[in-house]
Amino acid sequence: MPGQVHNPGGLQKDLMATVIVTGLLVWLMPMLISTYTLTVLIIYGMLGLSLGLIWGFGGILCFGQAAFFGLGAYSYAIAAINFGESTLPMILAVLVPAVVAALLGALMFYGRLTDVYLGVITLVVTLILFKFVNSTAGPQYVIGKARLGGFNGIPGFQTLNVPGRPEAYIWGDAYFYVCAVLLALVFVLVTVLLRSSFGRVAVGIRENETRMSLMGYDVRARKTILFAIGAAIAGLAGALFANWGEIVTPSLFSLGQSAEIIIWCIVGGLGTRLGPILGAAGLAYLKFLLGQQSLVDNTLITGLILVLFVLFLPRGIVPAVSGLWQSRIGRGRRSRRPQTRRGAISRERFNG
Amino acid sequence: MGETVLETQGLTMRFGGVIAANNVDFKLQARELRCLIGPNGAGKSTFFKCISGLQTPTEGQVYMRGQETTRWMPHEIASLGVGIKTQTPNVMDALSVFENIWLAARRFHAPSDAERKTQEIIERLALGSIARKDLGQLAHGERQRVELGLVAVGDPWLVLLDEPAAGMSAEDVARMTEIIHELNKTAAVVIVEHDMQFIRSIAEKVTVFHQGAVLMEDHVDRVLSDPTVRNVYLGKKA
Repeated sequence: MPGQVHNPGGLQKDLMATVIVTGLLVWLMPMLISTYTLTVLIIYGMLGLSLGLIWGFGGILCFGQAAFFGLGAYSYAIAAINFGESTLPMILAVLVPAVVAALLGALMFYGRLTDVYLGVITLVVTLILFKFVNSTAGPQYVIGKARLGGFNGIPGFQTLNVPGRPEAYIWGDAYFYVCAVLLALVFVLVTVLLRSSFGRVAVGIRENETRMSLMGYDVRARKTILFAIGAAIAGLAGALFANWGEIVTPSLFSLGQSAEIIIWCIVGGLGTRLGPILGAAGLAYLKFLLGQQSLVDNTLITGLILVLFVLFLPRGIVPAVSGLWQSRIGRGRRSRRPQTRRGAISRERFNG
Repeated sequence: MGETVLETQGLTMRFGGVIAANNVDFKLQARELRCLIGPNGAGKSTFFKCISGLQTPTEGQVYMRGQETTRWMPHEIASLGVGIKTQTPNVMDALSVFENIWLAARRFHAPSDAERKTQEIIERLALGSIARKDLGQLAHGERQRVELGLVAVGDPWLVLLDEPAAGMSAEDVARMTEIIHELNKTAAVVIVEHDMQFIRSIAEKVTVFHQGAVLMEDHVDRVLSDPTVRNVYLGKKA
C-alpha cells in the first residue's frame, strides 16, 4: 500500500531479501542441478520477468515478447562478430530491442489500438521477423562481417569476456554467477521502478486508462516507455541466451517461444515480480526433464499445465501461495487488519 | 466573476446524419456554477464530451481561459487544471481509496505533498473509514464520492461533472451537494444533470439543451417555470 511504498525501510527490506535469497539460491541450487542448466533457467526467468512487468503491471499483453528476445540475441551475435569484444554488443543487445519497442509501441499506443489489436500486431511482428530471418541464408545478407545465415543461424561469435580483455572469456560456473547477478540486478531495478511514481501510475493505467487520462496522465507515452523497458530486459535475456548457446537461430523468434513466455506468466502469477521468474524457470526445467524421455510430447504437458492452472489456480502460484500465507499469519492479527487476504493482494499489486 | 474560463463557439457534433450538438455557443465565468439540463438525447452529454476532450467536435471551437483546446486530448485538458468526472463511476476498482486519490494527487504534486494532499481530501470527503478498501468493494454513492475526490485533489479551477447524483440516495446527494459547493469556492463548475430536485438545490443559472441546441439560459426558477421548457420535458410540441 502507498504508506509502505513511501517507507524507505520497505525498499531496504526488499533489497536485503533479494540479496539473501539470490545468495542462498546461487549457493544451494548447483548442488541439485548443473550450473549449465541453471544458467538457461535464469535467462528464461529474466525473459519471463520482462513480460511480467509490462503485462502484469502495465496491462500490455504482448504476444511478441520473443521478438525482443531474438532481437537482443541477434544484435549481440552480429555486433560481437564485428567488434570481437563483448561489452559494446551487450549494450547494443539492450538498446536495439528497446528502440524497436519504443517505435512499435508509439505506433500502437498513439494509434489508440485496443488490446486485441495490440496482441495481433505484436504477434504479426514476431512472425515477420521469424520469416525474414529464416530467409536470410544467402550470402547477400551481411551486416559488417556477420552473415545472417538464415535458418542455420549465426554460430561462432565472440562470447562474453571481461570488459576490455577479449581473450578473458567468462564461461562455465563464472557465467552462471554473472547471469544470476544480472537477474538479481534486473529484479531490483524492476522493484525500484514499481515502487516509483512511474510504476504506480502504470498500475493505475492497467486498471483504468480513461480515468488516468482524465486525471492528466499521458497514457500513450507511459505505455510506450514501459513497453520499451520490457523489451530492454527481454533483449538482455536474449544476449545472455546467445552467449549460453553460442549460436543464435530464427527459432528464438518463433511463436512457440512467444506462447511459452505467456504461459510462464500465467502459471507463475501475473501482477507479481517473482511469479513470472518462477513460472519460467519451473516450466523450462520441466520441459528439460520431459525432453529426456520420449513417452509423451512435452508441449502436451505444458498445455495441460496451462489448462489446469487456468481452471483451478487462475491467479497463478505466487499470488495463491502468498494469499495462503497471509491468511495463516492474518488469523492472529485479524483485529488489526480485518481484510488481510485482500490487503495482501493489494500490496503485491501495487508494490510488485 | 469576470474572467471567462470556458467558452464554445459554434460547437457542432455530427454522428453520420445525426446532429448531436448543433452550433452551441456557451460561456462560463470564473467560479460560476452552471447546470446543463434537457431531456434524453438533447445533446448535453455530447457537449460535455466535446469540452472534456473525450470527443472531437465536427465543427466549432472550445476555449479554456482563452486558450483554444478544441482538438486536445483529455489528459492535456486535465493538465490545465480541469477536473473531469464522467457519467458512470470511472475509478480504479482493484485499487484502494487511498491509492486512487494518491494517483490523482501525484499528477499535480510532488511525492511528499501528494501523500499529505491525499490525506487531506480523505478527511474532507469523510472517506477515512474506507480509505484502505478497494473501490470494487464500495457502494455506488461511495464510489461517486471517491471520484469527486479524484477531481478535487488536483485543485482544479474548472470542474466538469456528468450526472454526479445519478443513482444515489438522498443522503448521498446531500453530501455530494455540499462537496460541490465546497469545490465551487475555488472553481467554476459545469454539471450535466437529470435530477430536478438536485438541480433546484444546487443551481442558480441553468442552460437547457433541446435537440442538440441551447434552448434557454436563465436562472433556475425562471427556467423550470417556463412553459417551453416544461413542454420539452413532457414531450409536447413547444
